[in-house]
This record gives sequence, structure tokens and C-alpha cells, in this order.
Amino acid sequence: MDPGSPLRCVRDDGAAPQKAPLPCLGTGQALGGTQLHCYGARMSTRSIDNIRNFSIVAHIDHGKSTLADRLIQQTGTVAARDMSDQILDSMDIEKERGITIKAQTVRLDYLAKDGKTYILNLMDTPGHVDFAYEVSRSLAACEGSLLVVDASQGVEAQTLANVYQALDANHEIVTVLNKIDLPAAEPERIKEQIEDVIGLDASEAVPISAKTGLNIEGVLEAIVTKLPAPKGDPDAPLKAMLVDSWYDAYLGVVVLVRIIDGVLKKNMTIRMMRANASYGVDRVGVFKPKMQEVKELGPGEVGFFTASIKEVADTAVGDTITDEKKPVAEPLPGFKPVVPVVFCGIFPVDAADFEDLRGAMSKLRLNDASFSYEMETSAALGFGFRCGFLGLLHLEIIQERLEREFNLNLISTAPSVVYRLRLRDGNTLELHNPADMPDVMKIEAIEEPWIRATIFTPDEYLGSVLKLCQDRRGLQIDLGYVGSRAKVVYDLPLNEVVFDFYDRLKSISKGYASFDYQITDYREGDLVRMSILVNAEPVDALSMLVHRTRAEARGRAMCEKLKELIPPHMFQIPVQAAIGGKIIARETIRALRKDVTAKCYGGDATRKRKLLEKQKEGKKKMRQFGKVEIPQEAFIAALKMDD
Amino acid sequence: MNAPAALSERPSALHPTADAGFAVYVHWPFCLAKCPYCDFNSHVRLQPPDQARYIAAFRREIAHRAALAPGRTVSSIFFGGGTPSLMEGRTVEAILDAIGEYWAVDPNCEVSLEANPTSVEAGRFSDFRAAGVNRVSLGVQALNDADLKSLGRMHSAEEALAAVEIARRHFERYSFDLIYARSPAQTPALWRAELELAISHAAEHLSLYQLTIEPGTAFERLFRAGKLAIPDHEAGAALYETTQEITAKHGLPVYEISNHARPGAECRHNLVYWHYGEYAGVGPGAHGRLVTAEGRMAHSTEKRPEIWLERVEAEGHALVEDERLNEEAQGDEYLLMGLRLVEGIDPAVFRALAGRELNKSRVGSLIEQRLLMERTGGRLAATPDGALLLDALVADLAA
Repeated sequence: MDPGSPLRCVRDDGAAPQKAPLPCLGTGQALGGTQLHCYGARMSTRSIDNIRNFSIVAHIDHGKSTLADRLIQQTGTVAARDMSDQILDSMDIEKERGITIKAQTVRLDYLAKDGKTYILNLMDTPGHVDFAYEVSRSLAACEGSLLVVDASQGVEAQTLANVYQALDANHEIVTVLNKIDLPAAEPERIKEQIEDVIGLDASEAVPISAKTGLNIEGVLEAIVTKLPAPKGDPDAPLKAMLVDSWYDAYLGVVVLVRIIDGVLKKNMTIRMMRANASYGVDRVGVFKPKMQEVKELGPGEVGFFTASIKEVADTAVGDTITDEKKPVAEPLPGFKPVVPVVFCGIFPVDAADFEDLRGAMSKLRLNDASFSYEMETSAALGFGFRCGFLGLLHLEIIQERLEREFNLNLISTAPSVVYRLRLRDGNTLELHNPADMPDVMKIEAIEEPWIRATIFTPDEYLGSVLKLCQDRRGLQIDLGYVGSRAKVVYDLPLNEVVFDFYDRLKSISKGYASFDYQITDYREGDLVRMSILVNAEPVDALSMLVHRTRAEARGRAMCEKLKELIPPHMFQIPVQAAIGGKIIARETIRALRKDVTAKCYGGDATRKRKLLEKQKEGKKKMRQFGKVEIPQEAFIAALKMDD
Repeated sequence: MNAPAALSERPSALHPTADAGFAVYVHWPFCLAKCPYCDFNSHVRLQPPDQARYIAAFRREIAHRAALAPGRTVSSIFFGGGTPSLMEGRTVEAILDAIGEYWAVDPNCEVSLEANPTSVEAGRFSDFRAAGVNRVSLGVQALNDADLKSLGRMHSAEEALAAVEIARRHFERYSFDLIYARSPAQTPALWRAELELAISHAAEHLSLYQLTIEPGTAFERLFRAGKLAIPDHEAGAALYETTQEITAKHGLPVYEISNHARPGAECRHNLVYWHYGEYAGVGPGAHGRLVTAEGRMAHSTEKRPEIWLERVEAEGHALVEDERLNEEAQGDEYLLMGLRLVEGIDPAVFRALAGRELNKSRVGSLIEQRLLMERTGGRLAATPDGALLLDALVADLAA
């Protein structure tokens, strides 16, 4: 610490800096597109007692992003002219879907009524079950949470699971009643509901309107007075948690950290304990929400560093960062390596886009190490990649980003899970792609991943939810009530969930049921590979592993769908589902009966030729299976098929 | 003129279908009413057009095409429309004279004219004959008054058959058209009776078309609105097969998808199209294929008659399309046209036009499926089953 050093501060809000800004790296100028400001703080005034780290728990649409915007504005962190809605959600896809994928953080300086200036770190967390582990690490980096509840709609099921996660992380909770300005607001009833359903004391809930800016001060005061300050020892060896990391085209990998003990400074050599790698720190800084360099980060603080780390894959969320020279003995608890659980093939619609797809994937992977890919070839779909994801939403996000940001037109095969095959020769094989399944004679047993799912649902949908779980081979573990909501705990095979479980759950509960899961174990299952044969030729992209009891229904549905999707040919085409050599379902596409132009004279030649050219163009986009041409749309539609 | 010599001097690689003949198509685009199924370039004019002005324009277009394709000997001329039987005999004669001025005309040249079978138009048959027409093609369309009405025709069955008889008196060669598969109510038995009646009035040639709902027609609007029903593919196929059986039995076998003739009496003009020969098209909306030094050119003209007229008067022609066909396009057109014929195509001609061989495995597979067959001399032709699926078959072979 250097209390005597001049405060070199450039404030983003344009307020007069205490001293004229001195040039330092990136001050006031765009550093390759990323605004980087130099910021040297006098740490002595920033006692750990004046730090508050918090996250926001809210149901979608209950105003989390708007509240975050208001907090940023109220504390003067960003000038009014630079504000845009949902300032934290920088990626387009997040704005549109209303979800946050990466953890984001912003440091707010707040002069409280007690006359002291506090550092408030707002940690915005990814809000989906696919990112449960990332959420748990973000929560572990905070001491408290704001629970934001719509004052007319009350607590939603999805909120419950998140509140419990925050409570599990030992958070203090400040309850905020939002949208208090609306005529339908019923703060007293909602307070009762919060106490009744969650069991939190809501008597001191802060009534606000994030939209109009009403009582944002009240939220800030509650954060200061109700949430605990972090604890930590500045003189102990460095111990910090890696909360998240991402790739910046100009700075390389940026690592978001929460300091537990010790101090993180520029030029020191740090060690990542799980990744077992050392790096020299290039920059240390905070987000306001733009990046600003600081001299150092002390205990309780949240900020970033860069260290010439080439790939996000070199960093692991939850890893412990320590001083290479003076390491801590034990890493932080709770670390889990990231393992993809859902796989699917992604292929370009136009084979000529394959190299572009490869480039796009490597770019996305730079920023998302939880996504993996390897080359795959398919007779049906050509060259593509087998990709691994944290879950279905993650899969959808990646696919959408590939299509949107890289302008690619893609086909994805049905998602599948990782099966574990115990072979007769004693080996074990992990199967990522049903098409790669070895001869059944070599297989002793097939094991599949199971999950423990926790579902909160309003009582009226309980029957349908139980039936859905039962239909998907679920085993009931627990059924109880939390307030007026039913809490259903089931063990389910993941392969029954990856298909369309979440969509079904949402539709049968009109969106009210929440769903949370974790992978528990692998269990042996009576699983079989079902092949689809078109005109007696197997179509690799459509083969799947299914439970024997579900094979016939799946097979029949697939054959019916293909019958609709494959255009009639000059000959009759059987479409069959088979397990091994046994046909379990069959449909027949009847042959074309008549397809001939009645009149074709000299004046028709041009028009008919142009039609023929279009047909030829269309045929190029078809995939040939023996004599049958299957349009690519048929694969896309067949793969999208729900049960 | 020394047309045949000029033809033979051209390298056959440039014009592999030179022996298919040289045809001139004359389009007369006017009708008294638009038929609801028709998508041809036809325009209803209440006042008869100034035929003298049109004659002059036709002469100029003929001169223009003759300059592009000089030295040919015309083997057939066809007046189509529209309704060419609305032309005055002297207009027909003047156009034929112009053709004879710019090209040599084969002494056996077929000169056909499309006519509506009304008593008024039949009254002009002798003028047409005198002008040089030696074959008429009558749009009878149906031999059932209710169906004629729904087809928008302005004649009765009786009037049509009377016109056929007048044609028989004036022309040694005549043909007439019928449209079948007109409604789901038209059973094979009803069609059989109608067709047999037609054959009893036929001489050497019949054109028998399945009703097709063409884009932009009144029938298309009705069809889309659910107010017009047509037989499904199964029923259409059954009617097609009935057609083949009856015409064959009466000595008018199929020689092209929708055309039937006593052997030797095929329409020579249309054979030029199907053999992928050269043809000059003159008049509004006429199409042509001429082999020039540049290659095989696709031509078409302005469709709107008055604009066509102005453009020809200003520029000497009204071509709106003048495009060189590449090898692939020529191969496609040869397959499209040639496989319509029972005699089929010559793979060597395809190779010369397209610059590639037909895909052997596709040919083999189609032969195996009995949709395609080999004929003497190595020709390939659609089988009767293949003819019913010809569009799919051509798409398969062309791909």
C-alpha cells in the first residue's frame, strides 16, 4: 500500500477528478476497443469494513436488470449520457433472451448516510440451471443477496430455488419489493407471502420502483446496514477465488476474482492451484462497469486481473489463486471441474461452410471453456463437429451464437448424453455419439447418467409434473410443500431429460414450475440403440440410444415424422425403426403416381429449364441414402421432433 | 439459296441437332375471350387490330431472324396463339410470303394454323387453305356442352364437330385437341366414350391434354379458393392409361406425352421442338432457339402486342431475351424436350450438347426400375410407366 501516492482517478461520469488525470496505460483512450482507465486507490480509506459484496435474486421480469441500472446511476458510476438499458448484459443474445450467461460485476462507490464511502460490488450471476456450478461460485464470492420481488406478482417458483441457493451460501438477504408504483401492487400481501413461502422476515422489505427510480437510496442504505462486510486478512498469503473468466481480443483472458486473504498486485507471480499453472500478473483492476486499473486488490474485494493467459480453457471456475512464492496450503473448497454432460452433432447446412464453422467454434471456445468440440463425419450430414455442453440451454446458446455472430446455417442432431459402456473384454468406453456404438455382442452393460432433479411447482400442476417424471423413468425421492408450493425431488435418467423434458415441464405448468438438477451417478440401464432405416439404408444421424421400454413409441413417432418429411420418389420407400435386426416400427412412403407436364412446346422450354435448374439446385442440398434423396429440412425437422 | 450446304458446313459439335429441321413459329396473340385454363400469351381485343400494321412488323421480325440464321430451309411453319383463326387470310398469306422471301422453304413444308372450332372461323378455312396453310389444329377441348361451358369455350360440341368436318373438307391434314381429367366426375368410362367419339371424327392426329392448373389463370384462383376440383394423381394416372389404351387400339398411338398420330402423321413442327432443332419465333411473346456463330441462343420477344409493335417498328425486332445457352442448359433442354417422345433421346447427342455423359448409375437405376428403356441405336426412352413420372425422371437424369 502506498497512501502517499497521488490519486490518479478518471471518473466515467465526467465529474471533476480530484487531480488532473495523468497519463497511464489506457487512460481516457480506447485500448483496442476496451476502455481501460487507470485508477490508483488509497487502500487505507478502503477498509474491509466498508466493502459489501452482493448478488441479486429475482424472477425474470421482476426488474433485476433495471434495478442494477438504477444502482449504477444513483451512485454516479456511469454518467447519464452513457447509460443504456441493461448495461450489464453486454452480449446481444443475453439482452434478447433476458438471461445472463457470464458472471458480471460492477463496483459502486456509495457515500452512505453515516458519512462513510462504501465499495459495493454487485455480482450478476448466470441465471440458469445449466450454470448451477458457476452460480454457486458467484454466490460464494458474496456475503449477501437482494431478493427482488414484484409487488403485485409475488414470489415465483424459479425465485425460490435461487433464494435457497443464496441461503445455502450463507447469504444475508435484503428483500426489495419492486414495481410499487403500479396500481396492482399489494406490498402487504406480498410481504406475507414471502414470509409464508420462503420463511424470510419481510417486515423490513424495501419498497421501490426501479422503473421510476423511487427509493433506490433505501436499497443502497439497506445494503450497507444489513449486509455483513467480508472478512479477510490482508497480511496472510494470497488466497483468491476464480469466479469467471473470458477472452478479450485486446487484453487476452480476463479473470474475475474475489480476494479472500492477502493482496493481489501487478507484477506478482500467481499460481492457479487446480490448473497447476503460474502467471505473471499484467494488470489488476475493477469494473465500474468499464475496466479501471487499480494498484492492488485486497481482502473482500472483487476485481479482475490479466496475466497473458492465452485461453479461457487454461482457467477453471472455482480455482484458487495464490502467491507463487508464498502459497496457501489448502485450496478453497467446492471446486468442481467442468464436464460437458450433453452432446450433439453440429453440421453446416452448406458443406462449403465447414471451415467457417471450425473457425467460429474455436473463437467461441476461446471464451467458453465449458463448450468442447471434435470433428465428426456423418453420411447424412457431411462434415461437422461433435460438441459437448453443460446442458440444453448452453447448447441452444452456442448454436444461436454460431448462427447469429458468424452467420452460419446449421443443423444439430438430437442431443445425447455420455454413456458408459462396460465391455466384455473388461474395458470401459465412454460413448458420446450413438453412431459410434460397438457391436452389442461386445457389450456387457450400458450405464447412463442419472440426475437428482428438484422441481418447485404450484399445487395445481403437481399431478402433471409427477406424471411427466414417472413417464421419463423417474424415481420419486421426496415430495413435500414449501409454503403453498410443492417441492418434488426425483431421480431421473439424464437421457430422458435432454430431449425435451424442460420444454414439457414449462408447458404443463404454464411456466410456473422451476427445475434444478445435478448429476448424481451412472446406473446400468436396459438401453438399446435404435436405428432408422430409409429404404433399408441406416441413417446415422438419426440413430439413438433409448430405453427398451421407450423404443417402440420413439421409433413409431420418428417413422411417422419421416413419412411426412421425405417427398415421394419414383418408387415406394419403406421407413423403419430397428433394434439390431429387429424392425420395431414401419411406415411406407408411397411412390409418385403421376408427375408429368401435359404441354411442352417451343415456348415452354425456357420456363421448364428454369424449373429444372431449381430442382437440380434443390437436389444438391439433398442427402443421398442409397437411391433415396432426403432433403436437409427433413433431418432438421426430424431431429427437432418432440415425443 | 443454298441452305442445305450452309447447314452442313457448320460443325456438328456446334449444332448436333441440325438434322431436326428448321421451324418458324408465328404468334398471333389476340383472342375474343380468355379461356380460364390458358396461360399462353393472349390478349382480348374488342376491336380487330390493324392487321396491315402487324404484317409489316412481322416482316421486319422475320428479316431480323433470317439475318441471325441465314441460309436455312424452312421445314415447318406454325401459326399459334392467341387465336390465329381470327387472322384474315391475306395476313396469313403476307406472313408466309415474307418467310419465303428471307429463307428457302421446303416444298413439303408443313404449314399449321391453330383454329377455334366456331362456325365463323371455319368460314375462313378456305382462305387459309388458299393462303398456303396445309394443316389445322382445332381447339375442340371437350365433346360435352356442360364441360365446354366450364372451360370457357364459346362453341358447342355440335358446332365443334361441324368445324372438324369443314376442316376435313379443306385440309388433308388436321388435328384437334381435347382436355381431359377436367373434373373428378370424369370417370375412365365417360372419358373412354368421349375419346371414341372424338376418334371417329379424327383423321391422323389428336392432342390429348390433362388439365393443368397453370399459375396466373382464372382456374388457379378458383382452385386455390377451393371452388375447382380436379382428379387426384391416382385418378389422373388412370385416365392417362385409358387414353394410351384407346388411342393405340384405334391406330393413333402416343408419340409424345400428349400427342397421338398415325405413324408418319406426327406434327412435324412440334417434332422440331422435341428433337431440339432450330426454330425462329416471331410475334409478341414468341420464343426461339437459333444456332448462331455465338452458339445456341434462346430468344423471346416482348409479350404485350402494342409494345411489341412499337419496338419492332423502332428497332426491327422486339427481343427481350437473347441469351447464349451453355452446355448444361442445352443438355437440360434436350432431355426435357426429347424424353417426351416415345422414340426417346440419343445419348450421343446429349453428350455433344452437354459436354458430358449421362450419369451411368442413374441411367442403370432407372432402367432397373423399368422407368427408362434402351431402344435400337442406343437411344434411351421413357417406358409407359416412366412417361407418367417424366418430370421426376428428367430431374433425376439431369442432376
